[in-house]
Order: sequence, then C-alpha cells, then structure tokens
Amino acid sequence: MKTIFPLLMCLLPAVAEEWHVGEGKTHKTVAAAIAAAVEGDTITVHSGIYQESGLKVDKSLKLTGRDWPVIDGRNNGEIITITAPGMEISGFEIRNSGVSSLEDLAGIKVSETRGVTVSNNRLTGCNFGIYMSKANDCRVVNNEVRGKKGGEQESGNGIHLWSCDNITVTGNHVRDHRDGIYLEFAKQSVIEHNTVRDNLRYGLHYMFSHDSAYRHNRFERNGAGVAVMYTRNVEMSSNHFVNNWGSSAYGLMLKDMTDGRITGNTFERNSIAIALHGSNRMEIENNRFSENGWAIQVQRSSSDNTYRKNNFDGNSFDIAADGELDNNRFEGNYWDKYEGYDLRRDGIGDVPFRPVSLYAVVVGRIPSSVLLLRSPVVHLLDQAEKAFPSITPERVVDEKPAMRPNPLTRPLTEPSKEP
Amino acid sequence: MLKIVKYVIRDIIRSRIIIAYALILLAASFGLFNLGGDVSKGLIGMLSLVLLVVPLVCLIFGTIHFYNSYEFIELLASQPLKRGTILMGEYLGVALALCGALLLGAGLPVLLYAATATGFTLLAVGLALTLIFVAIAFLGAVATRDKARGVGMAMLVWFYFALLHGGLMLLILFAFEDYPLEKPTMAMIALNPIDLGRVVVLLQMDVSALMGYTGALMKDLLGTTTGIASAAGILTLWLLIPLALACWIFRKKDL
Repeated sequence: MKTIFPLLMCLLPAVAEEWHVGEGKTHKTVAAAIAAAVEGDTITVHSGIYQESGLKVDKSLKLTGRDWPVIDGRNNGEIITITAPGMEISGFEIRNSGVSSLEDLAGIKVSETRGVTVSNNRLTGCNFGIYMSKANDCRVVNNEVRGKKGGEQESGNGIHLWSCDNITVTGNHVRDHRDGIYLEFAKQSVIEHNTVRDNLRYGLHYMFSHDSAYRHNRFERNGAGVAVMYTRNVEMSSNHFVNNWGSSAYGLMLKDMTDGRITGNTFERNSIAIALHGSNRMEIENNRFSENGWAIQVQRSSSDNTYRKNNFDGNSFDIAADGELDNNRFEGNYWDKYEGYDLRRDGIGDVPFRPVSLYAVVVGRIPSSVLLLRSPVVHLLDQAEKAFPSITPERVVDEKPAMRPNPLTRPLTEPSKEP
Repeated sequence: MLKIVKYVIRDIIRSRIIIAYALILLAASFGLFNLGGDVSKGLIGMLSLVLLVVPLVCLIFGTIHFYNSYEFIELLASQPLKRGTILMGEYLGVALALCGALLLGAGLPVLLYAATATGFTLLAVGLALTLIFVAIAFLGAVATRDKARGVGMAMLVWFYFALLHGGLMLLILFAFEDYPLEKPTMAMIALNPIDLGRVVVLLQMDVSALMGYTGALMKDLLGTTTGIASAAGILTLWLLIPLALACWIFRKKDL
C-alpha cells in the first residue's frame, strides 16, 4: 500500500499552485511569475506599481490582483496578451499602453482562444482597452475602461471585439474612447447593463455582427449613442439613450440592417433619437421618445418597418421622412401633438394622425428654414396642411393613435451605477 | 419731462385697460406653467404668448393712447416745452406702463416657475419688444392724423411682423432653394424684431443642435456673449430708428 500511494499521486493531475507577486513575495514582477507558473496555477499580485508591458500569457492561469495592483505600460507596446483558453484575469489596474499606427495596441488583448474571463479590472489611458480577436465564448464583466480623450485618430475603442462568437459584455463602464464598445464580425454576442458615455464617436458600434442583443445599457453624451450597421437580427431592449446631442448626433442609427427588435427603450434629449437608413423589417415597439429634436428620421430606402405603441412626447419633430415611405406601419402610438377625439371611448382616436408635419418636410428640404422653428406662421401652415394634406407623405399615418400614453414595459433593472 | 411721464402713467393706470392686460397675462402664464406640468413646455408656451400678444397690445394700445391724448398734447404744445420733450414724455409713459404690466403679468410667473437664464432671456425679449413696438405705434400715430387709419396701420404692422414676414421668408427660401441660404436667412431674421427675439430665446433653450449648419452659424453669431450683445444692438436699432423718425415728424408737424 505504501508504495502504491505515491504512484497514485503521480497519476492525479498536479494540484494547482498559487504564486505571489509583490514586495517581499516570491516574485518581484508579474512576468517572472507567469514564466514560473504552469497550466492551471493561480498568480496573486499584491498592491504596488509594476512597470511592465508585453506580458504574454500562453498557459491557462488565474491572474488575480489584490488591493488594485497597477500595471503601468509607460506608453510602451501592449500590456497583456492572452492566448490561452480558460484564462481568468481580475482585479488589476492597467494603464498607459502604447499607441501605434500599425497595430492595435490594447491594455488586455485576448487573441485566438476561447473561454477567457476578464472581470473587475480598471483600464485607463490605453489605446484600446479590452481587445478580443478571434476569441469565442469569452466574458467581459464589471470592468471600468477609460480612454485618454485624444482625437479620433489616436484614440482606440474601449472594448473591441473582432471576429468573435458568443461574447458576453456586462456591467462595464466605458468612457472617453473612440467607440465605447465596438463589434465587428462578432456574432451571438450579448451586451448588458453597461454604462457608456462621453465617447468621441459611437457608444456601441455593430458591424456585420449578426444575431446579437443589447439590453439595459445606458448611452449618454456620445457622438452617437449606438450605430448598428450591415447587421442582421439584433435585439435592442430596455436601453437608455440620453443626451446624445449635437449637430450630427444620434441616439440610435440603423444603417443597412434587417430584422431588428427595438423594444422598451427610452430616448431622451437626443438630436435624432432613431435614424433609419436602408433598414428593413424593424419592429419598434413600446419605446418612449421625449424631448428629442427628431424622434425618428426615416429614409425612403427603409421598408417593412413597424412602429407600435410608442410614446412620443415633447419632440420638436416626431417623424421626418424624405419622401413617401413603403410599408412603414404606424399603429397605436401616443402622440402628444394629436388633436383628435375619441367618441367611442375606447382609448383609440377616431381620426388618423399624420406624424410628419409640413414643417418637417420643409426643414428636410431647406435646412436653414429651421430658423422659423416655433414661429406662428409655421404653426398656421401645419394646421392648414392637417386640414388638407398635400405635401406631407400620404401613407405615413397612424390609423389608431392612442388617446393616452401607452403603459410601457419598464426596464427590469436599472443600468448599474458608476462605481 | 418726468412730470409728463408721471402724468401719463397715472392716466393709463386710471383707464384700467393696462391692469386687465397684466391680469390676463398673469392668468395665461400661470395656466401655461401649470398645464404643461413641465417648466420647459411652459416656457415654450410663454414664448408664443409673448411673441404674439406683446407686439399686438403695444401697437394697438400705443396708437389709441396717442390719439386719445391728442388734446393734452396740444395743450402741452402751447406751453414753453420742446416738441421732442413732449413726445418722449408720452412715449416713456406708455412704454414704462406696458413694461410694468409685462413684468407683473409674465415676470412673476417666470420668477416663480422658471427662474433660469432662458426665463430671464424671455422676459428681456418681452421688454425689448414692448419698447420697440410702442415706438413703432407712435411713429404710425404721428404720421397720420386720422385715428381709424392709424389703428388700421398698427394692425397691419402687427400682421406683417407676426405672420407675413415668416411667410415671405419661407417663400424666398423656397425660390432660392439651390443657393446657400444661411446668411440671407439670418439677415431676414434680423429684419423682424419678433423673429430675432424668438431665435435668441430658442438658442438659450439649446435647440441649436437641431439646426445643423445654420444652427452652428447662428450659435456662433448669437449664442455667445458678443452674439447676444449684437442681437441687443440690432434690437436697439429697431427701437431708435422709429423713435427718431417719430420725433422728426412730430417736430415739423402742424398740430
């Protein structure tokens, strides 16, 4: 028996070892600990400032920071590159990656692997924050990513997913980058409970990223809140689009996309809440549009869209269209500009509502006429047009406008607060 | 001159029309702030109210008051007083009384509900419009002896500035659609004190983002401190030119 026991021990997988990095610990640098560790080990890094960059992790480790150790790249190349599957990294403050015009340098890059978890890290002043390329089934959770606020050229994206499948991004705070969260060829991804604000270009940017969803996020004061381009089948629900305000700012821009479901979102104080360019088969339901410049701008190239049970309230213009729209159905929306009556007392207005005002058409054709906004003559012309529609698109009409605001499905949870 | 102003104001208050004006403004403003539920909506309602009602009341009231006190003016003219002093006294009396009514009727609700930069800009625009349109009313009244014609002219002036000017602007914009129109549009706006006042208030409400390039240009020209100063300058011109003309005509006039 005594001889068999050690033999058995050899057959069992090696017990994971824990390595400590820090002042007075086994290792002084993170790089040394990574070199010493083997597959399955844990490395705990204690607080302190580690001036390291170019850390390459090619074995599956658990990298944990205790009391926020800082890894400072001193603007020199990439800080951590992960190529091992099942790797976990959490609890670090990672700052100052290099900037290059040839490669995308990131604070944490995950490349050609799967099952990596990046959680509870703070990334500041990195060119790209968290960068995943050709990585599948990864999770990015509760990180705080803050860029350096340079120009659009020298600044990268906060969380960047390129050619990935099934990535979950939840509870992150991203600000001061070019795009807050960027997805290109990132299919079946889920983006939830993130707060994305003050980014130069878009808060969240989809390119060719089919079958994805984003829910319960907050997009505030970005160049444009969310841009979804060249993508099929995206669920967008219970998000807040707030204060994306400026002369070419959008809450949500849809370009050449098909099959989207936009439900239960709140759009407040955006220059243009939703812009549809060449986007088809969108279902826009149960959203609240308030105090936007334009609630919805539709281009003629967009068809088969449904707008149902939304509430429009206090927008300068509800709908703008650059001509007659094909197959865009409006039904049961609440419009604060509706002046009809309800003799049947069923909550549905008896006269149809035409949400495109004459003035909206005029402003579309001659932008400088916007200086006449809220002038009495404009009001008069709008009323005349309502009585005898001639210029406004005939088929953009809500046959069953709601008399009172629709009860909206409230967001299940509020987006997480700033830490 | 101060004596004349005092006398005119006392006379106006005694006629009670001005009190009715103040009370109606007060009721309407409180109604707007309470109905909308939301301060910014209330302010937008107030903006429409001030831009439409203030010029109308100032024009009609100013004209009628001038004709009704014609005998008093003749009496003053027989005293050793300069014609300019007489007219300015009358003007200041009417304008100050109307300004007071506006401050009571619109100022009080703004102070209570919307004591913001936008609210105060709105009030300032209202006061400026009062001064300007009383001056225009006096110019019309001095120019014609016939009361009916004078009142008719006042209404026409109101109709032009409140509605026709905007319509004409739209017409011109449509006719010259293919040309860059930002600067001509702004010049046309400056030709109408009501429009200018409206744009100044709207820029305070930060709607400039809606206005694209025009808005950016407008914000540069009017949204900054120098811009507000230049708008105030244009409005001052709108006040001084009619007033000077009225004085000039009144001085030469055979009463």
